[in-house]
Amino acid sequence: MSERKIDDTAAPIVRMEKLNKNFGALHVLKDVDLSVAPGEVVVIIGASGSGKSTLIRCINGLEEFQSGRLEVDGKMLEPHGKASQTLQQIRTEVGMVFQQFNLFPHLSVLDNITLAPRKVRSASREDARETAKRLLDRVGIADQADKFPSQLSGGQQQRVALARALAMEPRLMLFDEPTSALDPEMIGEVLDAMRELAREGMTMVIVTHEMSFAREVADRVIYIHEGEIVEQGRPADVFDNPRRERTQSFLSRVLSH
Amino acid sequence: MNGSFDFDWQAALDSIPYLLAGVPYTLLIAFGGLAFGFVLGMIFGLLRLSPTAWLRWPAIAYIEIFRGTPVLVQVLFIFYGLPQLLGGPIDAITAGIAAIAVNSGAYISEIVRGGVQSIERGQREAGLSLGLSRAQTFRYIIWPQGFRRMIPALGNQGIISIKDTSLFAVIGVGELVRQGQIYIATTFRALEVYLMVAVLYLAITLTLSLALRMLERRGLVGQ
Repeated sequence: MSERKIDDTAAPIVRMEKLNKNFGALHVLKDVDLSVAPGEVVVIIGASGSGKSTLIRCINGLEEFQSGRLEVDGKMLEPHGKASQTLQQIRTEVGMVFQQFNLFPHLSVLDNITLAPRKVRSASREDARETAKRLLDRVGIADQADKFPSQLSGGQQQRVALARALAMEPRLMLFDEPTSALDPEMIGEVLDAMRELAREGMTMVIVTHEMSFAREVADRVIYIHEGEIVEQGRPADVFDNPRRERTQSFLSRVLSH
Repeated sequence: MNGSFDFDWQAALDSIPYLLAGVPYTLLIAFGGLAFGFVLGMIFGLLRLSPTAWLRWPAIAYIEIFRGTPVLVQVLFIFYGLPQLLGGPIDAITAGIAAIAVNSGAYISEIVRGGVQSIERGQREAGLSLGLSRAQTFRYIIWPQGFRRMIPALGNQGIISIKDTSLFAVIGVGELVRQGQIYIATTFRALEVYLMVAVLYLAITLTLSLALRMLERRGLVGQ
């Protein structure tokens, strides 16, 4: 992935400083600092319950945080979920793919993809449909446009979810364990679509358990443990020469099978 | 046969035209009341879901009061009680529609709440993460799905409210039961006439049940 362009000189798309998040008494994120440059692919790894999903859900305001600074695409997110207008603007520019796909079951594949462009971006029906078809073609399921989500396989559903997010032409894509709910034989097709997206220069923050994918696609790997960033760096460094003991033991557990 | 029992089929048949004259009132009060009840149910059902206490609290009060008191007491209150406050009489049909409205509205509030709450959190998150506003997310994603899930319960409430209108004979509305009572007063054929009254209620409720089942079979309901 060496020819990928990361613009280090431009302002970061995500700038997170000393972010803290509690669920009641549970301290889920502890003084997290994270900066994502345009074009960068960041993969976050860690055990379940480590706070990695919560971390990316803070970026588009699906989780509120209690203290710290968070700037996304030049706009400030306030602690305690204030300023909903800004939040909506940020979400318009930040796409998200969920573990459970979260497609709209009452809408056709095409309508799933065209809804937000039409209602948020005021795209015409024709333009939105054209874009949707192009995106479906890009993720390899152009022939499924008129079906309903329940008629598709898990892998196909997740690719629709990806197309749906891309239809808003986001500046940043968040992936929350996009392959964890998939049967093994369908993981590849979703990872292929994500790989393609990375190659085209999309800025991506990915939470995943797919270590070989992380090694291949990531510009930077972040290991998070109990709400703290323990280690981060180039995939080769983190995977082959982890410096911290916790990272070593985590990797030996997940890479051994 | 012990001789004292004779079912007069002719009397039963003769009563039908008279009873049928009551059916429009039964339907008017039931469906008129349910239409307003649905509006009330949407309003209070959604207020009930509000995270803001001062919006939620009136909804809880409304639901508990009108679900926790008999519809007969409600209609008596509206028909005999309210005029004292308003200073003028209320038409019996209006009182009946109002009673069905506030009563079914309380139940429908809970149906609406249940339907909306049954939609997975991920649906809302997906809508919001696409940049849709909270109102758009509700309108295009949560409500259409929630409404489908509400239809069986709404049908059930419809049947209950249709039967509840029979109580309004006491305020003199010329609906099915009242028509039957008047007919019995001149013919003394209580058995035959009440049987026909029951048959007509059944015809109305079965029609509604069948319509709902057809909707379900076409896949427009549920998920």
